[in-house]
Amino acid sequence: MRIKSTLENYIFVMPAVIIFSIFYIIPFIWVFRYGLHDWDGISPMMTYIGLGNFKEILEDKVWWNSMLNAGYITLIALTFQNALAFLLAWACDREIRLKNFYRVIFFIPPVLSEVVVGLVWQWILDGNYGLLNHWLIHLGLPNLARNWLSDPRTALTVVAVVHSWKGFGWGFLIFLAGLQTIPRELYEAARVDGANAWQSFRKVTIPLMVPVAVLVAILTILGTMQAFVLIIAMTGGGPAYHTQVPVLRILASMRGSSRFGYACAQGISFGIILIAISFIQYRFSKKARQM
Amino acid sequence: MRFLSLFSVCCFLLFGNAGCAPKKELQKPTITIWHWMTDRELAKKYESLTGTKVNLELYAPSDAYSQKVRAAAQGINLPDIFGILAEKRDFASFVKAGHILDLTPYMEENNGAWKNSFFSKALAVNEFNEGNSYGVKPGVYGVPIDIMTIQMVYNRGLFKQLGLNPKEPPATFQEFLDIGKKLKEANMQGLVSGWGEVWMIDCFANNYAFNIMGKDKVLATIRGEVPYTDPDWIRVFGLFKEMQDSGVLASGIVTMVNKTAEQLFANDKAVFAFNGSWCVNVYKGMNPDLDYAAILPPKVSDKYPMSVWGGAGSSFMVNARSKNKEEAVKFLLWLTDRDQQAYLAEVTNNLPANKNSLTRIPDILAQFARGMESATHPNVWGVSEFSAVIEAFDKGIQSIIIGEKTPEQVAAEVQKIKERELAKKRQ
Amino acid sequence: MKTSVYYKTKRISLNMLIHLFLIAVAATCIFPLLWMVSSSLKTQGEIFKDTSLIPRVFHFENYYLAWMEGGFGRFFLNSIFYTASVVIGIVIVASLAAYAFSRLNFPGKNILFFMFMAAMMIPIPGSFVPLYILLNKLHLRNTALGYILAMINVGLSTSIFLLKTFFDKMPTELEDAARIDGCSKLGIWWNVALPLAKPVLAVVVVFNALTVWNEYILALIIFDSRALMPLQVALMTFQGEFITRYPLLMAGLTITALPIIIVYLLMQKYIVKGVTAGAVVG
Repeated sequence: MRIKSTLENYIFVMPAVIIFSIFYIIPFIWVFRYGLHDWDGISPMMTYIGLGNFKEILEDKVWWNSMLNAGYITLIALTFQNALAFLLAWACDREIRLKNFYRVIFFIPPVLSEVVVGLVWQWILDGNYGLLNHWLIHLGLPNLARNWLSDPRTALTVVAVVHSWKGFGWGFLIFLAGLQTIPRELYEAARVDGANAWQSFRKVTIPLMVPVAVLVAILTILGTMQAFVLIIAMTGGGPAYHTQVPVLRILASMRGSSRFGYACAQGISFGIILIAISFIQYRFSKKARQM
Repeated sequence: MRFLSLFSVCCFLLFGNAGCAPKKELQKPTITIWHWMTDRELAKKYESLTGTKVNLELYAPSDAYSQKVRAAAQGINLPDIFGILAEKRDFASFVKAGHILDLTPYMEENNGAWKNSFFSKALAVNEFNEGNSYGVKPGVYGVPIDIMTIQMVYNRGLFKQLGLNPKEPPATFQEFLDIGKKLKEANMQGLVSGWGEVWMIDCFANNYAFNIMGKDKVLATIRGEVPYTDPDWIRVFGLFKEMQDSGVLASGIVTMVNKTAEQLFANDKAVFAFNGSWCVNVYKGMNPDLDYAAILPPKVSDKYPMSVWGGAGSSFMVNARSKNKEEAVKFLLWLTDRDQQAYLAEVTNNLPANKNSLTRIPDILAQFARGMESATHPNVWGVSEFSAVIEAFDKGIQSIIIGEKTPEQVAAEVQKIKERELAKKRQ
Repeated sequence: MKTSVYYKTKRISLNMLIHLFLIAVAATCIFPLLWMVSSSLKTQGEIFKDTSLIPRVFHFENYYLAWMEGGFGRFFLNSIFYTASVVIGIVIVASLAAYAFSRLNFPGKNILFFMFMAAMMIPIPGSFVPLYILLNKLHLRNTALGYILAMINVGLSTSIFLLKTFFDKMPTELEDAARIDGCSKLGIWWNVALPLAKPVLAVVVVFNALTVWNEYILALIIFDSRALMPLQVALMTFQGEFITRYPLLMAGLTITALPIIIVYLLMQKYIVKGVTAGAVVG
């Protein structure tokens, strides 16, 4: 009887496990194998070099620089993007008109394909004929006008901002949902106790939103560190190495220098780092929950 | 429930169709060709001109096309005819992996009739010579369909606006730089080019390297015999700084993709462009009234001749494992025949690979064709630079243009990477 | 003493500020969409010279031209088919698995779950080649089924994660009641759990629909037959050809953006409740 029941349980997970094993695990093992070889992706022969690729990654300055860039973009996402998302969610949580209208509008950026977004923003940010400079000059601020995407000082930040613009929709939605599940009674109780707006925000809203914030943070980190399509569309990773990110480096190794084995090793190291970050995140969130 | 039945109907329709499609029993073999030519005209002309049953498949953009070819190569699933959009090194790997048919026997037939119909430079890109460094058996492995050169073009209309004589383009580098001052005053954009796509920077730099130090020294550098910190190389790097300082480069050129550069030049928004002869067709499509001419990049030194990159534009290879090898080769023979090439040249505004087809080409193309005399191409040098070095070289030049590094710094960095790669090779 | 007028003014000005803020952000969000649509209705010359949002003349024929020249018809249907299949597939497979992870017990449960979670964090760029060879060996390469299965895998981990978290928070009374009534495990899953999970399912639907609809590289690599290509592949080719014909390009991009916007509009009613109940509050 117990055995029959357990077998029944397995049937529930079987479809997922089968598909997963075939389409993720097997390719993963192969990629891992490739990572241990020196291979150009074309020849039928590969040379086994053990951890040679990984050793090289440790010394690859461009790789770590790209990690820093991705980290920078993620930092901006964690602060600017999520702060914006939260503010907007907070604003929409109040009893205002057009709430549903905003809910739809704010989710348009995530829905647009990255290529469209890259194209549009490239046009807006163009140094000579872009809309942004056009307006800056009209507003009497011609000194601020510059070639946003080619200037090494601004390129990465601009890319990060556009990325945040594209991504805040998801955070907005999650924060809004979180805010809307805080029972109104709690706010009522706080007001009866004599708390003003700021205090009820601090004592009611924030503690209940911490878990939400943690969830959004994890998703933001995982998603932003792996970003690359938008960057290709806007700057191609340039100028020089200023907007390079890890996934772009992996693609460069695969296609540009035909070092498939090295690319796979890069992919695996990247994965390890992401797991480490998620793990730290997880422990941190547990602590935050206990506070 | 209704949704479920709708879904099943859709399933049936699509699976039913998918089931039917591949099972065609044909009397005549069909050749499948994969190409990346998003130039609509070209593809359409191929289709209308073919005599045999040809299945043309377009996969774009070219990045995605390369990936598809490589994946198919791994799965031993290549079509009858395809192209490899890659450097000689990868081409060599494909040959050694047995994917590419050796076309030498066909080329040598009838006293080398096929071989001699091509511009030698076009064929050279697809050839491997005796004693090549790639370890490939010498021979011809690809067929050029058209040729191209990468040169400089300038807008004659804008020249007039600047007060310059449109019939006298800059002949020396210094003259070129001087125009920069005028551009700054007139608030116009100078040179545009796809230097966000690093290979174009490589091309430009390389042209001037040949001009400054000569072909032999450049090849010696690639072989590792001359360091990149040599004063001649520093001079090459310095040229970019000079261009940037003089104002003759368009702003934003370091992140520009070539398509954007083409747009700008075609719409009279830039005075110069560094582009390949394929641009003739592109500019025509965007602005048929564009008044421009093609020149060699203005030379820096008189010691050695100026050179440009040129050779085969697009080339096709035959799959060595194809079941329709003979048909495929016949098709390529026909495609590169004098009449077809002339026709293609006329309608696509590309230079024909067949040297007997240069009958009536528009004047602007003739200007590009003249550049063929000074043309060379990395794929014919017999040696390839390490890709890590090329990347450092090109990105280093980008840094010079944006003012982050000096030519000496970049030279030192590139040399360091070169030494690292050489050391790895020796292990 | 602060009068009620003071408070009222304060509230009104605060509200106005908030509205201004919302409108400003909304403007930046909707601008690209408007720009895309307005460019699609202009002519090539106008796009560069006339920077206003509302074109003087509405060139609706650009849409017809884009559709025809891009050959969108077949590809559009393909994309809809793939998206629908994958979404339905994931909904079933992921919810079955998530329900099991949440409510049922079996040896190896935690290890399996951990595997799915790890997959969310380890992307495999470069997995195209092994996937290609794999599908080849299974004779599924140039088939719709192969593509659909591969795409189901792509969204599997995240969907399972979302669904499991919801199921964990679901009150068990309804299920207990159903079990007492003699419902089988599968029956409970179908009749009780799924209907309750509608909000989260809406999130899963939108998320996966977005992923599949915008996917093109895998399709391009594993499909040889034109008839099976999804819309994005045609769009990529289209972009290459028409990068110099902006109005048509914009029209093409708008056409491809519309269906997914419609899906979101339909699903968004559920989403707020869904994400709420999902992985959120404490």
